[in-house]
Amino acid sequence: MVEKTKELMALTGNEAAAYAMKQINPDVVAAYPITPQTELMQTFAQYVADGLVDTELVTVESEHSAMSACVGAAAAGARTMTATSSQGLALMWEVLYIASGLRLPIVMSVVNRALSAPINIHGDHSDAMGARDAGWIQLWSENAQEVYDNVLQAMRIAEEVFLPVMVNYDGFIISHGVEVVETFSDDVVQAFVGERKSPYKLLDVDHPITVGALDLQDYYMEHKRSQAEAMRTAMPTILKVAEEFAEISGRKYGAIEQYRLDDAELAIVALGSSCGTAKDAIDELREEGIKAGLLKIRVFRPFPWEEIKSALAGKKAIAVMDRAEGMSGVGGPVFHEIRSCLYDLPQRPPIVNYIYGLGGRDVDVADIKKVFRDLLPIASAGKVEDFYRYLGVRE
Amino acid sequence: MARLRDLAKKPSPLTSGHRACSGCAFPQIARQVLLAADTPVVVVIATGCMEVATTIFPYTAWNVPWMHCAFENAASTLSGIEAAYRALKRRGVIDREIRFVAFGGDGGTYDIGLQALSGALERGHRLLYVCYDNQAYMNTGIQRSGATPRYAHTTTSPAGNVIPGKLQWRKDLTEIVVAHDIPYVAQSTPAHWNDLITKVQKALAVDGPSFINVLQPCRLGWTFEADMAIELARLAADTCIWPLYEVVNGEYRLTYRPKEKKPVEEWLKLQRRFRHLFTEKNRHLIDEIQAEVDRRWERLLKKCGLA
Repeated sequence: MVEKTKELMALTGNEAAAYAMKQINPDVVAAYPITPQTELMQTFAQYVADGLVDTELVTVESEHSAMSACVGAAAAGARTMTATSSQGLALMWEVLYIASGLRLPIVMSVVNRALSAPINIHGDHSDAMGARDAGWIQLWSENAQEVYDNVLQAMRIAEEVFLPVMVNYDGFIISHGVEVVETFSDDVVQAFVGERKSPYKLLDVDHPITVGALDLQDYYMEHKRSQAEAMRTAMPTILKVAEEFAEISGRKYGAIEQYRLDDAELAIVALGSSCGTAKDAIDELREEGIKAGLLKIRVFRPFPWEEIKSALAGKKAIAVMDRAEGMSGVGGPVFHEIRSCLYDLPQRPPIVNYIYGLGGRDVDVADIKKVFRDLLPIASAGKVEDFYRYLGVRE
Repeated sequence: MARLRDLAKKPSPLTSGHRACSGCAFPQIARQVLLAADTPVVVVIATGCMEVATTIFPYTAWNVPWMHCAFENAASTLSGIEAAYRALKRRGVIDREIRFVAFGGDGGTYDIGLQALSGALERGHRLLYVCYDNQAYMNTGIQRSGATPRYAHTTTSPAGNVIPGKLQWRKDLTEIVVAHDIPYVAQSTPAHWNDLITKVQKALAVDGPSFINVLQPCRLGWTFEADMAIELARLAADTCIWPLYEVVNGEYRLTYRPKEKKPVEEWLKLQRRFRHLFTEKNRHLIDEIQAEVDRRWERLLKKCGLA
């Protein structure tokens, strides 16, 4: 008899994340409810109530305390997970840096949602983009399957490189949309994630350690340098974990995904659920003979500089989609990094930025096709006049 | 009942050579609290004087597992450690008894950390939170806090020609904690070492959250001679401005009743932060303080069934 190791389940993105957490069976989860993450936390709380996990669930009184409790638990030596959205992530801001600075392997699902004000509960990337300098590895998901797969891989990555990992997925669009998700049996997940091995832990009372000492001019910079080095060199581990994951799942993940990009003349760069929409738009445009392609960013931190540079080299025009307004006055955060990494190319392609989908504003296939059509005259002219643009806004 | 002879034989949880001010009472509080434990302890300290003074990379003065996370989250950080302990014990990874102690100053406890403290107490973690209350933000240079007594001079409530120091009465944090209905709450001082150690032992014995508010005379912020910290702690109890009591499962008990209740003026006059009160113009403010001390003392006696 062949043991059943895979199962198709109908799950929302939140349920997919919660199910992955259940199968990881972490020691500690400390979390606070916030829309649209709430369903994840409720689902996980039910697993705890039903005795399906051994996890100590700490139902804290704020996200600041959620991340603080995670920092304590991870430093104690426990496998630690949490989840949040939007204002919750903003409230954690201070402690995000402590988690990464203390090199604690915490995994957090971030159900991306707009930031106040004005208050809005729907999906955009303002929350995670605001935390992009916090020293967390950032994985981005296109659909519920990727949420499940990324959460499982995140645990391995975090514990191997000693950096915390955020698994991002769009609020409501992914978090509340039901999709078919291929899941593993628990034992496959357990074998994949293994045991947490921690060289230093507070609960090893026979070998007392001091965690979080004051660190002044004579050492702070070296510690930050070594943290930056951990981020710089995390990519091989991320890719190694992805390879091992492909062996058990058949699904291949990289730092980026290229969709019909090889021979494309016009490219868009995006992350999150819009990548699925873009793939449909590209298929339709290809029917019309327009050579359109997509570069999807899966790993935003560390930034896949070389991969993106070589994937976009030779394109006639590029549009970078930002689902967050960086308020720099000159475009969004993804745009700036993409534009910067193309600087060394002998022939720099013209590049534009679209701010789109803020506060959950819908983006459909027609919108993405419009972006590609806008790229046509830019490609012919070989230059761009107004690079900072909005998509689908009433001016 | 602790015996000094026994305590002296225990390895010190906090070494000498740290960088606390001369005459600081915190190291004595930390030693008394941690020596009271019969099991290993894990310690979390909020950002503040004692975090800064006892660690500076690559040195540490701590012989126990110790962590500093941030200013307002000692209670939530320790909740996470305690949760990790529960989880790992349940899984058989850890098989020994460990206790968990947080230290926070009044800034990190009365003010910015109050929410995290309240949450941790409500959730019922088995941890002891010790507030070392030196009545102002001493680490950043003596700014007023919710624990600063009325009419004290601080750098953000300075005594001036028009305003005589801080205008508000101090928040009664111990009573706020009592309202959480946790198994053990107490107040003590490092001058009453046996009182404090006994309270810590009681606190660590309860299967749930406990809290002890310890007055810590601050030489720099209160401004007194380096050998006066313990004397000022003793006088705080004798003037009843800092009564020693405990609340066990909601039952109040006075643990020290001065034979003779001294006038609060005796405590005030030793500290330069109250110097401006000892002028003709401001003398009536001392009467006001005395009246408030009396009111709070009488109220406490009633709660203890002694009035």
